[in-house]
Amino acid sequence: MTAAADLLPATRNALSLLLLSMADDEFVIGFSDSEWTGIAPLLEEDVAMSSIAQDEIGHARALYELLADVVADGRDADAWAYDRPPDGYYHARLLDHPRGDWADTIVRRYLYDTADAVRLDALAGSSFAPLRDLVGKLRREERYHLMHVEAWFERLARGGAEPRRRLLDALQRLGPDAGTVLTPLPTELALDMAGILAAPFPELEARWRASLAAAFGHLDLPPLPPTRDPGTARTTHSDAFRRLHEEFTLVRRIDPEATW
Amino acid sequence: MVIETRVDERTVRAALADVPDPELPVASVVDIGIVHRVEVTNEAIRVELLPTFVGCPALDVIRSAVHDRLAVFDRPVEVAFTFAVPWSSDRISPAGLDRLRSAGIAPPVGPGGSPACPWCGSADVALDNLFGATQCRSLHFCRSCRQPFEGLKAI
Repeated sequence: MTAAADLLPATRNALSLLLLSMADDEFVIGFSDSEWTGIAPLLEEDVAMSSIAQDEIGHARALYELLADVVADGRDADAWAYDRPPDGYYHARLLDHPRGDWADTIVRRYLYDTADAVRLDALAGSSFAPLRDLVGKLRREERYHLMHVEAWFERLARGGAEPRRRLLDALQRLGPDAGTVLTPLPTELALDMAGILAAPFPELEARWRASLAAAFGHLDLPPLPPTRDPGTARTTHSDAFRRLHEEFTLVRRIDPEATW
Repeated sequence: MVIETRVDERTVRAALADVPDPELPVASVVDIGIVHRVEVTNEAIRVELLPTFVGCPALDVIRSAVHDRLAVFDRPVEVAFTFAVPWSSDRISPAGLDRLRSAGIAPPVGPGGSPACPWCGSADVALDNLFGATQCRSLHFCRSCRQPFEGLKAI
């Protein structure tokens, strides 16, 4: 399938939900991480986190553009990004936590990036060519994010009393929501049937948990808990997200025609 | 403005060789390897470009610079971006790599590798930051000539 017009209605719905979940994930983590610009603990990290956040917002834009093509209801990428109420967003609950301290940010990124890498791997051979092409490009960039966050995760885990305590605290806060990135979408059967996704989400989640269990064992960290309340993994949002939404929609609400 | 009467793929590509990359202005969009397809018909000139990074903020600037440069052909110009072929740092031409080096930007080496210093050629360099001033660059330091320098990320 090379064009959105070729899709069957059930496939189109399922693909829309997948694209929406991926775009919102990238958009929300990109915005959260951009809050470190100017105040990161080291100058190098200020540059790195800002650059990573910029990548993620760019990935979100490309995914929203694809979503706009597939849904084809007249909304463009900006309308998808900015014109929904907070409850209309479909990002994973892992990304719904407040920015927190540096350990929260590293743990959130680590859990998200490792899960996202598994999701992108499962889309690399997708039957929907525009998504396959985009994913091919995204994976080349995401491996730099992974290298960065893996180095930091290990640094905190081995960094002595305070860094390790903060890492463990952050894992306690975020761990129960870590699996929400790969919690099955309600329409996932249609994705499997159309060959859009290489394996069902429960299989992807098992793969991701196995690789994390090895990494955690290596760093002597407690195992990740199972997902808390998977039925609302992407549908209930926190006050922290409402505040973030208030901020990232501000310019759009003041001047809907504004361009950069 | 002088109107060019001869329009074909070769003359269009030659014209694009004058369009600098906005974030690496010593090199052109042709040097960087982002010009994918050029198609010239009686009705229009169509140019397909490959973004170096998905979220490259310079895309709109590149699009309008390509439009401006091709205006000499007096024919409608269509510029599109595509991911059908993923841009890779291997697409940068040898001349492009030389121009970047002359501006203090080391050629791309894979993750884990380290580039030679573009100023003195020493291999005794340290990686300061995988991430730099733009999405496509990283930061390094040369222990021999004690100068910081930038390197292109291998993508």
